[in-house]
Amino acid sequence: MDIRGKSCIAGIYEHPTRKAPDRSLAQLHAEVASGALADAGLSFSDVDSFYCAGDAPGLGGMSMAEYMGLKLRHIDTTETGGSSYVIHVNHAAAMIAAGKTDVALITLAGRPRSEGQATGTAPRIYDHNAPDVGFEAPYGPTVVNMYAMAAMRHMHEFGTTSEQLAWIKVAASTHAQYNEHAMLRDVVTVEDVVNSPMIADPLHRLDCCVISDGGGAIVMTTPEIAKSLGKPIVKYLGGGETIKHLDAGNVDLTYTGARHSGAAAFEEAKVKHADIKYASIYDSFTITVLETIEDLGFCEKGQGGKFVSDGNLISGVGKLPFNTDGGGLCNNHPANRGGMTKVLEAVRQVRGEAHPKVQVPNCNIALAHGTGGSIGTRMGSATVILGQEDA
Amino acid sequence: MPQAEYIHPPINPETKEFWDAAKEHKFLVPKCPDTGKHLWFPRRVSPFTGKTNVEYVPGKGTGVVYSYSVMRRTASPYCIAYVTLDEGPTIMTNIVNIDYDEVKIGMKVKVTFKDLNDEAALPLFEPA
Repeated sequence: MDIRGKSCIAGIYEHPTRKAPDRSLAQLHAEVASGALADAGLSFSDVDSFYCAGDAPGLGGMSMAEYMGLKLRHIDTTETGGSSYVIHVNHAAAMIAAGKTDVALITLAGRPRSEGQATGTAPRIYDHNAPDVGFEAPYGPTVVNMYAMAAMRHMHEFGTTSEQLAWIKVAASTHAQYNEHAMLRDVVTVEDVVNSPMIADPLHRLDCCVISDGGGAIVMTTPEIAKSLGKPIVKYLGGGETIKHLDAGNVDLTYTGARHSGAAAFEEAKVKHADIKYASIYDSFTITVLETIEDLGFCEKGQGGKFVSDGNLISGVGKLPFNTDGGGLCNNHPANRGGMTKVLEAVRQVRGEAHPKVQVPNCNIALAHGTGGSIGTRMGSATVILGQEDA
Repeated sequence: MPQAEYIHPPINPETKEFWDAAKEHKFLVPKCPDTGKHLWFPRRVSPFTGKTNVEYVPGKGTGVVYSYSVMRRTASPYCIAYVTLDEGPTIMTNIVNIDYDEVKIGMKVKVTFKDLNDEAALPLFEPA
């Protein structure tokens, strides 16, 4: 079934908080849901499907559906870490096209900063029954050193440098200066990045994303309902998703699942790379962006370092404006999951509602990509392509 | 320097044979008997055939470093790595008994064991 153009994103909301000691997790979910519905001109009573992931408190979506008083005919609690919400957009698009839901609500929220999590540097066992855990956890895998091993291998095979990775942070910080809510608004240089403390070779502190509280939500609906609501139309054009893993020991850390999810999204959307005016790329670390850009096909494998250099990701300067909200590297990373905010900024760009200093002119087609789990082991990768009404 | 403290591996009915051998400082590698392919991590059901017949066979305990990273932001820095075994699979481990600045991708390494307690010993790798 062709689902291109058969659903729209009608409402979005990003919580302005970056530290929320005064709110509960459930409250954050409800506030972002309410905000996205208000943006669409809808309310809790209009929602007939709910999508959430492991950050939602309670079993699956049950407690939050009850909190918000939702009356549902479809639910989806697909969990792939930070990419879950991009997958939720894909699944909601399919279900709207199939007539199984008319108004889909997707939420994300978390407060790791208030809870004092050492998100990136402390090894921990998430699930004692995970079959990999006994053969990995004892060795001290953390979020940072696992992504670092991908970077180390990419450098070894392709000659990628720390300075090239640093350009990704430079671009994000250039955008973040215009975002009043961003945690880090100072524009940094390549030297600032490579001279920041080494966390896990070869990744420096400024190669890493922020830890923040907050959240976001998306409302999707049919094209007919979307047109009745009066907001600029943001059409779903295509998507893709996959899980990439260590393949029984056939390990290759130089590419991500974006190779598969991106190809599927481009095919479904019937667009070419040159058509993409803006891209939200999950930026847990600079290396995440570099590998993803290659895997999505914006440049050849191994050429990502050259591609991201010299401001090529800066809006108004380079060929591929990315993460114009400042991304995870500078703006926020609520619940340690960045897929939601990637979609939100892509929607703003297509609507023409990004900050004027970073808005891409005539942004009729945009892409958002999420990476969940770890590019150093196993990841859920998801891509979505969005467009204006005539795209 | 190894890690200051190791997380102990959860041992279950599927992996007990591997850990029992490790306790005796023997390094086993899972092998699918139908395809003849070694695989990692240890499991009984073959991802190649779907059959519950994976065997844990003695490994040479030698390989080369595929990638690594030295965790600096911790009380006791340690080197996490992927090592490609001579049998084929690439596995997660720590590189020990070396100045971390000397670790290189492609360097030859061999297995050594760290006794955690009476229950388990952990296979690590050191320069060959």
